[in-house]
Amino acid sequence: MRHVIIGAGPAGVVAAETLRQHDPAARVTLICGEAGPPYARMAIPYAMAGKIQEPGTWLRQRDGYYDSLGVDLLHDRVKAVDPATRTLSLAEGGALSYDRLLIATGSSPARPDVPGLDLPGVHACWTLEDMREVSAQLKPGTRVLLLGAGFISCIILQSLVQRGAQLTVSCGSSGRMVRSMMDETAGGMIMRWCRAKGVRVLTAGRPKLITQEASGLRVTLDSGESAEADLVIVGTGVRTNTGFLAGSGVAVDEGVVVDPFLQTNVAGIYAAGDVAQGLNQCTGLTEVHAIQPTAVEHGRVAALNMAGKPTPYMGSLSMNTLETLGLISCSFGLWAGKAGGEQIRVVDEARFRYLRLEIFDERLVGANTVGMTNEIGVIRGLIQTKVKLGSWLERLRRDPSRLAEAYVACTQGVAAE
Amino acid sequence: MQRSLLLKPEKCTGCRQCEMACSFEKERSFNPARSRIRIFDLHSQGRFVPYTCTQCAEAWCLHACPVDAIQLDAGTGAKVVHANLCVGCKVCTIACPFGTVNYNADSGKVDKCDLCGGDPACARSCPTGAITYVDAEQTGYDKMRLWAVKTDTQPHAQA
Repeated sequence: MRHVIIGAGPAGVVAAETLRQHDPAARVTLICGEAGPPYARMAIPYAMAGKIQEPGTWLRQRDGYYDSLGVDLLHDRVKAVDPATRTLSLAEGGALSYDRLLIATGSSPARPDVPGLDLPGVHACWTLEDMREVSAQLKPGTRVLLLGAGFISCIILQSLVQRGAQLTVSCGSSGRMVRSMMDETAGGMIMRWCRAKGVRVLTAGRPKLITQEASGLRVTLDSGESAEADLVIVGTGVRTNTGFLAGSGVAVDEGVVVDPFLQTNVAGIYAAGDVAQGLNQCTGLTEVHAIQPTAVEHGRVAALNMAGKPTPYMGSLSMNTLETLGLISCSFGLWAGKAGGEQIRVVDEARFRYLRLEIFDERLVGANTVGMTNEIGVIRGLIQTKVKLGSWLERLRRDPSRLAEAYVACTQGVAAE
Repeated sequence: MQRSLLLKPEKCTGCRQCEMACSFEKERSFNPARSRIRIFDLHSQGRFVPYTCTQCAEAWCLHACPVDAIQLDAGTGAKVVHANLCVGCKVCTIACPFGTVNYNADSGKVDKCDLCGGDPACARSCPTGAITYVDAEQTGYDKMRLWAVKTDTQPHAQA
């Protein structure tokens, strides 16, 4: 049995480890599309800020780890998949046959349709190589404009400021920050916080044009407002990496569509992580959840199924945590609410604290938080275990910050005694 | 033989010496806010509940860490944060469904119970036997363990 994994991010690496454990006789090949050891994109902001060195971004820290695990790490890229012959064509010219295939190719920055995007000084900041290029141009006082104010942009915002950049963020047509994970109150709080810390935030429209002028790059919005920068970083969202699947017959929607066993429509081909469009435990629909916890859970479950141990996945829970210049925010599950549900919220604009709970049928189904970190994981616990809040619901209506207490009371409850 | 913390809410009087001992052991200061164990004061139920990491088999935090900073201590079974590797991304804090990994803004890293390397300060300091460190087979940890199973969405190695 030969297992081949395309992509050496968290999903791919966890899948390789799980396969080693559950199918010890099989051959496992992990195809890594970038130079160097498998690393965590999530760690890039911390490397850019200088908090860690590059080796600190590696997914596994032990020397010779992949060799000792018995996993063949192959640095190459896959050009095409032929399910009829179970063969991959590789960019370096070779071919590779497989019995079971895992697609864990992640995503890449989407390029907005803005003239001037090819100018020198306009970069993505997605790979370690991108980070090196951006980092080399960063000096205290460098004017940086972040195109996009979604999670990807916001996660590097802090690092740029820590490096001394003079920062401008362009929010695009929505005029909001992190709108895919935070509601208007939370996003507004984050924006106000960033402005108070000296970041210029542009909310007056989407970027229309980037031009090179004597004094720097000029980004003009469709409202006519403009800003100048030495460096423009494009962070306007990502797209799943599925181009190499053209003609393979593997079904692709937003991502590679998988069933609860993480298998695609083609027998023997699985998908996991940011590229996969799998079950969302909150909605029952298939969605792309490009987050670390989903990637590692997908990797494990896909690998168990590949190893011949049929294992359904309960579905992923969308969640995220973001630190913006010291302000920490989190989102979980159906934070925007569920029809027929109830919202409980407490806002303290002055202290930059916010908690929004979304309840449905006496259970927590989603949350947004700003400025809260203690026992934050109980939000996942409450959503995932679908525990009925019972009498705690009324207490939470009066004081939603007692969430951890509610969790402990409901789960370590006297009812069981 | 591996041992575990056995927490007995019915014996807890809420004196919070464990929180003091833990924060002193870990932070060299008496600061319950920085304790890895927390006493929940459940007024409505008229009881106190000592609460900390159960070192669960699912190890949500360990698996969620993108940079291998949470590792298993084979001696104690504890999932230990290696501060030199932790980048402070906080993913483990949202991934742990028990809420027992917390971010420490002062250090820029996360904190969790590491069983003090096999001699937990909380158990040493508890005057009523609400927190003891005993043979793992005997603890049960029944309710939390059961809860951990129910919380589990990721099938594991039945090794």
